[in-house]
Amino acid sequence: MPTTLTAFADVTTSDSALRRFLHGLPGVDAVGLEARAASLGTRSIKTTAKAYAIDLAISMIDLTTLEGADTPGKVRSLAAKAVHPDPLDRTTPMTAAVCVYPDMVATAKAALNGADVKVASVATAFPAGRAALPVKLADTRDAVAAGADEIDMVIDRGAFLAGRYLETYELIKAVKEACVRPDGTAARLKVIFETGELSTYDNIRRASWIGMLAGADFIKTSTGKVGVNATPANTLLMLEAVRDFKAQTGIQIGVKPAGGIRTTKDAIKFLVLVNETAGEDWLTNEWFRFGASSLLNDLLMQRQKLSTGRYSGPDYVTVD
Amino acid sequence: MASLFEYAPAPESRSVVDIAPSYGLFIDGEFTDAADGKVFKTVSPSSEEVLAEVAQAGAADVDRAVKAARRAFEKWSALPGSERAKYLFRIARIIQERSRELAVLETLDNGKPIKETRDADLPLVAAHFFYYAGWADKLDHAGYGANPRPLGVAGQVIPWNFPLLMLAWKIAPALATGNTVVLKPAETTPLSALFFADICRQAGLPKGVVNIIPGYGDAGAELVAHPDVNKVAFTGSTAVGKAIARQIAGTDKKVTLELGGKGANIVFDDAPIDQAVEGIVTGIFFNQGQVCCAGSRLLVQESIHDELLDSLKRRLSTLRLGDPLDKNTDIGAINSAEQLARITALADTGEAEGAERWSPACELPSSGYWFAPTLFTNVTQAHTVARDEIFGPVLSVLTFRTPDEAVAKANNSQYGLSAGIWTEKGSRILAVANKLRAGVVWANTFNKFDPTSPFGGYKESGFGREGGRHGLEAYLDV
Amino acid sequence: MSESSARLGVFKTYKLYVGGKFPRSESGRVYEVSDSKGNWLANAPLSSRKDARDAVVAARKAFGGWAGATAYNRGQILYRIAEMLEGRRDQFVREVGEAEGLSKSKAAAVVDAAIDRWVWYAGWTDKIGQVVGGANPVAGPFFNLSTPEPTGVVTVVAPQDSSFLGLVSVIAPVIATGNTAVVIASEKAPLPALSLGEVLATSDLPGGVVNILSGKAAEMGPHLAAHQDVNAIDLAGAGTALAKELEIAAADNLKRVLRPQPVDDWTADPGTSRMTAFLETKTVWHPTGSLGSGGSSY
Repeated sequence: MPTTLTAFADVTTSDSALRRFLHGLPGVDAVGLEARAASLGTRSIKTTAKAYAIDLAISMIDLTTLEGADTPGKVRSLAAKAVHPDPLDRTTPMTAAVCVYPDMVATAKAALNGADVKVASVATAFPAGRAALPVKLADTRDAVAAGADEIDMVIDRGAFLAGRYLETYELIKAVKEACVRPDGTAARLKVIFETGELSTYDNIRRASWIGMLAGADFIKTSTGKVGVNATPANTLLMLEAVRDFKAQTGIQIGVKPAGGIRTTKDAIKFLVLVNETAGEDWLTNEWFRFGASSLLNDLLMQRQKLSTGRYSGPDYVTVD
Repeated sequence: MASLFEYAPAPESRSVVDIAPSYGLFIDGEFTDAADGKVFKTVSPSSEEVLAEVAQAGAADVDRAVKAARRAFEKWSALPGSERAKYLFRIARIIQERSRELAVLETLDNGKPIKETRDADLPLVAAHFFYYAGWADKLDHAGYGANPRPLGVAGQVIPWNFPLLMLAWKIAPALATGNTVVLKPAETTPLSALFFADICRQAGLPKGVVNIIPGYGDAGAELVAHPDVNKVAFTGSTAVGKAIARQIAGTDKKVTLELGGKGANIVFDDAPIDQAVEGIVTGIFFNQGQVCCAGSRLLVQESIHDELLDSLKRRLSTLRLGDPLDKNTDIGAINSAEQLARITALADTGEAEGAERWSPACELPSSGYWFAPTLFTNVTQAHTVARDEIFGPVLSVLTFRTPDEAVAKANNSQYGLSAGIWTEKGSRILAVANKLRAGVVWANTFNKFDPTSPFGGYKESGFGREGGRHGLEAYLDV
Repeated sequence: MSESSARLGVFKTYKLYVGGKFPRSESGRVYEVSDSKGNWLANAPLSSRKDARDAVVAARKAFGGWAGATAYNRGQILYRIAEMLEGRRDQFVREVGEAEGLSKSKAAAVVDAAIDRWVWYAGWTDKIGQVVGGANPVAGPFFNLSTPEPTGVVTVVAPQDSSFLGLVSVIAPVIATGNTAVVIASEKAPLPALSLGEVLATSDLPGGVVNILSGKAAEMGPHLAAHQDVNAIDLAGAGTALAKELEIAAADNLKRVLRPQPVDDWTADPGTSRMTAFLETKTVWHPTGSLGSGGSSY
């Protein structure tokens, strides 16, 4: 299997070449896509499979706080929760990461105190992405310098919707370079498309390919700040994109649905999508994440139910 | 299937359905033994477990049932349409209430996955009764003139692939238009029809309006031939359909036939590929391919053949075959040993004729009737697997170069029931759909059904339409 | 012109109408056609099964173009047939009168009704699709449309007694919707049918859409009923025994069969049933879906 982008070298040489390529991708039939996502949603996950799925889902969470009112205290409590999601049960896995604004990266890093939980930072004038390129790059570099392990950037939806695909591609490439640390290592880059604003599935497929060609480590649905965030259908579509990209280049790219995933039932539906679309290679927090906050407590309550046989309640999980 | 995330078994509970050890014929509102006392056993195709013993109708029973239906006809047809409607609405509601029970029963008796009986068969059954209930008092407005009259006694013979759904397609329009019914379910799947008899009793349907007589082909032939039957409705094989057409020649009996097919599923190079793959899978593996309108011939544009086949094979590898009651099962059991033998023989013929055979790695259960999802590539129009209806999970893949060639190959069949078109180009859909000689054309989708949508074939796939306003005509003297 | 030297008339050689041409029977056979009083009128071709076979080939060849013509175009052509008939009204009044033993005024009424029947069906071509087809409100995100389509090649055993109005009444509904026809004319009164071929040939009707054979239904019928490239058969002019025989033969490829029905009055409103008998309903589904991915959430 090839592991290079050479097959696609010509695609990004000009705006017109990139446009031709993107518009030549297979179309998406919305009803068929949604029907497939719904059909996978009827999988019934029970007993041992459910226990496995709950722990896997917990380990895939980017535990997120992205509010104007975020304070060091809030971020510290989030970090503590990420490390010990269930204080009553120390066998509970840690979440994959905490996800914060750039100015909170240092606080989060300190609070985690070396635990194996990554710090992800949104950047590039999140969530709207309406700032000049130098500002976006500075935002990124600040976060990386403060110790971010991962950067969640937003694309310029305005540029994309205006058809300036190469500009979108170049932005991602530039941010990718800004993720490089002085020692040559780099923060992993997640590229947020804000699928709710791209609106059509054809656009989501095209954006996915721009992101993958530009060097995204993850492609991510949403900021969580608009009306429609992650859905089974748009996540299924992005899983198809990373599956196809790996088949053609050998390069594996992760997927992160974010926003609106609140229950264990929902999370398991997404894991089924991963399992049956991209496959088991993606069933690890290296390659699949949930951008979520309230989801964790529901997973914890379900986990308690499985271990005790009783239904749990909100008083038995922490409020953060 | 991914080893990391192997789904644990998730069986639907059998306890929602209570199957009695034996069942009689349902004639004139009563369950009765066959006149000659004959019985037969119905087994669960996934385990070969005997589910029940069922009375087997013979000529005397057919006569008894037709007489009961005739006696009931006068009053039933004279009821105001609004009253007939209410009976049908009651039936629709009771079916909804008992849908889980009926889904489990159907899965046990037929072998198809609970996912299908629960999410497809039963909702469509209830919807069909609900739809035709509404017609019963509106027949004056159906476009068949004022006060259209029913035909009389309808003799209906249905297949085993969608036992309860085919019953609904037959009984709902017949009753709505004021006919009475004698229905013979298939010998391998009599149970849901007998449960339906119980639903008729719960609904308070007058005696004799619906009569259910399980039995074999001989009983079906007796029913078709009975001189007091005014209407024959048959769904099944083309061979039997032809025999029926000959049998009723020269009589006044009105007939509708829903017969075989060899549906072409045409994929153009600009198709929405991921959805096309799903459509191909739905087209041929829904109900183990035991579907008259199955998309059993895949016609793929040569320029994307390899790419599409790779995707299709990858997708087939995720199909889950096994216990039909498991909610995660995609592929259930073949309905009978006889059908399995037929599928096996035709697949062997395909191989012997030089087509390339492929199935995903797939372990078949040790008891019951099973056949792995199967693809044949390098198939041409001359291959038996491209011409004969296999009625099983076997897909023949052919290629074409141009839209003209696709249409010519699609139409090159004695059948004309269904076809599929996959392309993002709207004008091509309309142009190709216009040229296809098939009664149902699914564009960028497949195997969709609805009570409002007429269904039926061209050519040797039969005649008449079921569903929608069109479906009324078959039961009216117009 | 003096009375003593009455001009000797020119007889017409009656020929078949197949594929837009006027062949004699390939068999070389003819039979005598007499008027109702037994006077010889003409020799008509006694068509063979091979003539029938050729007619099916012609009808099949014409089917794609005729079925694919716009309904408006078919309507124009059917109306043109009425126009051409109107111009030859006197000829048909004479032929129908002789064939059916009708007075001139009664024959004229029959011919007028036949002309009007073409007009009636000319108007139907672009309306039947709306009357019997339409959108179906399925419970899902799909556009679902049923449209009537012609069945294909239809064999028509024309009525025996009503040699012209009956004939027109069974041919016109078959072709109005885009089918093509192989017609076996009334055996004892084939001449109006054969003359109709001459009208059709000058009415812009593509060759092969209507093919007219004279001869014995009992001879040609079984071959046409069993023919695998014929899609339907109208048994209007077949007697009880022949109708049953043909219906049995028709089952070989599941032809659509329109059984003979008693017709007291061919002038009555024909309704739509003769058209719908030879129509297939095709239902096409296509997803609709939302305008954007935002339409779905879980």
